[in-house]
Amino acid sequence: MALASLSDAQLVARCRSGEDAAWRELVARFSRYVYGISIQAFRLSEQDAEDVFQDCFARVYEHLDKLRDDAALRPWIAQLTRRLCIDRIRGSREVPTAEEDLEIGAEDVLATLDEAMSVHEALATLSGDCREILDRFFAQDQSYRSIGEALELPAGTIASRISRCLAKLREQLEGKNLGGSSV
Amino acid sequence: MTYNDERIAELLSALPPAPSAWVEAAQQLPGARRELNEIVARAEADVEFRKALIADLESALAAEGYEPDERILERLRRDLAS
Repeated sequence: MALASLSDAQLVARCRSGEDAAWRELVARFSRYVYGISIQAFRLSEQDAEDVFQDCFARVYEHLDKLRDDAALRPWIAQLTRRLCIDRIRGSREVPTAEEDLEIGAEDVLATLDEAMSVHEALATLSGDCREILDRFFAQDQSYRSIGEALELPAGTIASRISRCLAKLREQLEGKNLGGSSV
Repeated sequence: MTYNDERIAELLSALPPAPSAWVEAAQQLPGARRELNEIVARAEADVEFRKALIADLESALAAEGYEPDERILERLRRDLAS
């Protein structure tokens, strides 16, 4: 089974057994989430966000054995990242700041990022072409022309492909909400 | 929950990729940790190596063929100082 198709719990088990490729997949799977929390929810600078990013994955690596519920990897990583962001902001301020004050506005962003992760999980179940096209267009903000060149597709077909892939993703998301189905 | 294309597009856009260098550094963590553990074990077993590390950490590591990143160097500095 390809690592990308493993559940979070299966991936954690493979990481615990010392499989480096599983660890690389774990980082790839959650890298956008950790980055998004630090940059969007807590508005850290790039330098602070990089430190939080590396600290977060170092802690995940060190404490993976302590995770009680392997399926709860995502909330655990979210909590770790949040904690590290708050510590980083507090450390940089001369006047002590209440944790609640630092989280004003962050809750809504965190909820959106969590939902976005679920959409990315659904995206991961689509064909490689659909994953690439939707990710390049929406998450990486690439033009039709860039996508066409990268994927060796006529630029004129990209819009219709995006539309078809969005429909597949919507079906997948709605199927998932109804208890799961495949594309 | 129902999703329309606009909402899906918003959510896809909400998670741009992290800088690739950050991702690669985090992905290399297991190898870096193995290297760190190996250096620490050698420093514990070999007094001369430990002295060389304390005198000039980066040169001593380079002489032995290690190329640790800054995070590993920081960790080693802490370990050697304790």
